[in-house]
Amino acid sequence: MVVLWTDALIYLLIVVMLTLGLYLRGKEHIQRPLQQISRSKIGMVSLVVLVFFVLIGLLDSVHFKPANDKKNEIISLLDDWATPLREHGEKTYSAPFATTLYSKEMIMLADGSMQWGYPRLEFGGRHLDDPETQRIPDILQKGLYGLAQGLGLMGLFMLLCYAVRQTYYERLNFIVRPECEGREGIEAQDPEPISPSTKAVWLVLFIIVPLATALIHLSAYYHVFGTDKVGEDVFYQAVKSIRTGLVIGTLTTLIMLPMAIIFGILAGFFRGWVDDIIQYIYTTLNSIPGVLLIAASILMVQVYMANHEADFTSVIVRADMRLLFLCMILGVTSWTGLCRLLRAETLKLREMEYVQAAQALGVKQDTILVRHILPNVMHIVLISVVLDFSSLVLAEAVLSYINIGVDPTSYSWGNMINGARLEMAREPIVWWSLTAAFVFMFALVLAANLFADVVQDAFDPRRSGNE
Amino acid sequence: MNNPLLTVEHLSVAFNHKQQTVVDNISFEIHAGETFALVGESGSGKSITALSVLRLLPNNARFNADAITLKGDDLLKRSELELCKIRGRCIGFIFQDPMSSLNPVMTIGSQIEEVIKLHFDLPRDEVQQRALELLQQVELPEAQQRIKDYPHQLSGGQRQRVMIAIALAGKPDLLIADEPTTSLDVTIQAQILALLKNIQQQTGMALWLISHDLALVSSIADRVAVMQQGKIVEIGATAEFFNQPKHPYTRKLLNALPSMQSCLAHSTEEKPPLLQVSDFYCHYPIRKGIFKRIVDYVRAVDGVSFDIQQGKTLALVGESGCGKTTLGKSLLNLIPGSGRVVINGVELNGLTGEALRQQRANIQIVFQDPFSSMNPRMLVGDIIAEGIRALHPEVSADQRKDRVRQLLQQVDLPEDSALRYPHEFSGGQRQRICIARALAVDPKLIVCDEPTSALDVSVQAQIIQLLKTLQREKGVSYLFITHDLAVVAEIADDVAVMYQGKIIEQGGVAEVLTQPKQAYTQKLLAAVPVLKVDK
Repeated sequence: MVVLWTDALIYLLIVVMLTLGLYLRGKEHIQRPLQQISRSKIGMVSLVVLVFFVLIGLLDSVHFKPANDKKNEIISLLDDWATPLREHGEKTYSAPFATTLYSKEMIMLADGSMQWGYPRLEFGGRHLDDPETQRIPDILQKGLYGLAQGLGLMGLFMLLCYAVRQTYYERLNFIVRPECEGREGIEAQDPEPISPSTKAVWLVLFIIVPLATALIHLSAYYHVFGTDKVGEDVFYQAVKSIRTGLVIGTLTTLIMLPMAIIFGILAGFFRGWVDDIIQYIYTTLNSIPGVLLIAASILMVQVYMANHEADFTSVIVRADMRLLFLCMILGVTSWTGLCRLLRAETLKLREMEYVQAAQALGVKQDTILVRHILPNVMHIVLISVVLDFSSLVLAEAVLSYINIGVDPTSYSWGNMINGARLEMAREPIVWWSLTAAFVFMFALVLAANLFADVVQDAFDPRRSGNE
Repeated sequence: MNNPLLTVEHLSVAFNHKQQTVVDNISFEIHAGETFALVGESGSGKSITALSVLRLLPNNARFNADAITLKGDDLLKRSELELCKIRGRCIGFIFQDPMSSLNPVMTIGSQIEEVIKLHFDLPRDEVQQRALELLQQVELPEAQQRIKDYPHQLSGGQRQRVMIAIALAGKPDLLIADEPTTSLDVTIQAQILALLKNIQQQTGMALWLISHDLALVSSIADRVAVMQQGKIVEIGATAEFFNQPKHPYTRKLLNALPSMQSCLAHSTEEKPPLLQVSDFYCHYPIRKGIFKRIVDYVRAVDGVSFDIQQGKTLALVGESGCGKTTLGKSLLNLIPGSGRVVINGVELNGLTGEALRQQRANIQIVFQDPFSSMNPRMLVGDIIAEGIRALHPEVSADQRKDRVRQLLQQVDLPEDSALRYPHEFSGGQRQRICIARALAVDPKLIVCDEPTSALDVSVQAQIIQLLKTLQREKGVSYLFITHDLAVVAEIADDVAVMYQGKIIEQGGVAEVLTQPKQAYTQKLLAAVPVLKVDK
């Protein structure tokens, strides 16, 4: 197993979140907002979508060297499972579900003569003898088969859940009953009715899972999203890009948050020279174009890697290092906006009477910051983190365009869009790369935004009280 | 008197999100030229009643009524467009907070002219002439010059005058005044009421006064109606109403009113001083120019000396802006001040850092606004325990819990409050929590900064009772900051009257309230609305 830098940070993030979850599990006042989230249909549905993305991203974050290693390659679990997809490269562009290339070429026929036409794909639809007549029935058949597989899987899963639920309540009744004897009015506990949010979750699962299995099943025979310029499967690219998107969204925020929160709160709370210094820092940083800093730091990394070639032998290690640096420099350049907001909010909060009351009670200043100021600015942090998450995924696309984004060899939606950009002018148009990137990006960003809305509603005690 | 100006029959209002009716089947009528007062505590539905007559309710409100008739014209049958011509023209409206009801980026003159232009087709110079007349009618000093002022250049009382001028601009037959004086000082309140009465006599319009203050109403209204939880429980002519209140709720309200007579009951026994303050100053520098040179000082507190005896209450009285809150906060070192402060034999001035922190336990504070004085994201239990955690870190978590339970009991709150958030409590309950928080560290002195001014009369009476009980049991002293002289009479042993940063008169409560020496004190006392009961 090989642990890349970004992998390590992702594992760290997961460990932190798990410990936080365990720590907060027993807290009574955290339970209520969590219950409110679990009651919200939109919240649970977007959570399911997010979890789905995160699972794919995690699968793609477990890297190892395959046993029969010839090319000194590092691959992830996802790559391993999608080996056929990875290796079924065509010559160049082909449309989704196509059996021939997208452009005409000279083809050598069986009798040795040459003809100008659309050559058959090497892998897409290879099993068909006569694509003209067999293709559409075959796609439908294989697609339905995949759907049925997924439905069956979900059906089994649901039965399992139902059985577990039943035994749980039976056991509960078994425990409760002896105590109930002789007392009237206490009924044996019946299973609670299934809440609407649970139903919505099941519905979404019943859509996502069969869709996924159908896509997986089809992708073994066809290129479901077509292929790109060098003949790589676009579906594979889009799925691989999920990890890049998640890494840029989360790690950048992780680097940005501590700076924004600490500087913003300190500046707002202490005023005076602390405020002056922090303001000078961020106005200076703000007045340098971010692109300049990013370009400089990416260049630095490249020089560094060129000088220490022995440490960066594999393509994927180099790409990973560049991704990490991109996250860092994006984090360093993007904390100023949030910092300003937090400073302004803290200026307001420090005059609040509960802060004065805490001072009067002799609470130390650092405790006031942590206990009174920080929790009351968290809603701003949460909103801006989600907005930044989506804008960072988009910023990555823009940076890739001027070649200072992620490594050109690594997969990202930005690279996909960048690659597809020039083909938009082509006649007939090559639309699938762009569409695939758009659909995946849209689903991720939308789910994140909706989920954040619900979380914010739930954790604001004033608002949850009104509903 | 046969034809009422406004008739409301069986009006009910309910909100969609709450399943309760806010206004519950009420009927009343207002006659031309009379003053009708609608009295009730906060949340009783009195403002909603006024808004529903003008159909200005929020979107999620559902209301139905048999009839709302203005001069024989059923308003329920009018379309929204027609109603726009009635609002302002036939019915004028004065809101509670003059600051937020005026547009801060328009001059007061243009805001008045706007209304005139809306309802009358007059040439430009006549509109301006009329606006000026209105400002003169509401007795705004130097109306000619002030017409071009912006709202922030006026004082609270002057802003309310402008609001009245705007309401009068349409020459309405009915003027609805929703708590017109609540955010004003006592002396200004008296002036505004006199003005309203005066204008009513000039124009012969009807005045519908909405208020929580029974004493105020008794001096101005012709007829009074009391609302409780959406119902009108009693309605009648003023004299009859106050002399023979029929409904138990009305009687309860009247009994809850603090009375000036109660000041005579206090003991005058001398006790050793707990807090001695001498020559206390609190000056804010005014900085100007690019180098932020100090050009002058705002003298918020200007050389103040007083003592507080152990287990006694000193009331600090004054109008808004006189520096009483600044004084209270700077005694706790929340605002920098200078001068000698000795509490319990320990000199506080000059203490910094850890030494100051340890002395914090001696003085605590209860703030005016029970909504902003607690961290909305902390549980009540944690809020109360905060002082113990900060000053006595050696106390174990279990002991702390016990102490919190005990404190909640002392302020008459249920034990399970500890696990709830502040927003789940009413204003009075929150003030109890704040008192419990202050008591947690066993202070010798509690600075009470207008603790009851945001509360209803009956709740105010309860809180004052609680403070008195705690004083009896624990021997704690209070510095009670207030603008309400009636409350002073209830609770204080000594009184200090503050005016423009200085204490101009101090002494025993009976002495100051019955034989005031300074002219300012006399003026303050005269302005206090007293329940007029004809015997």
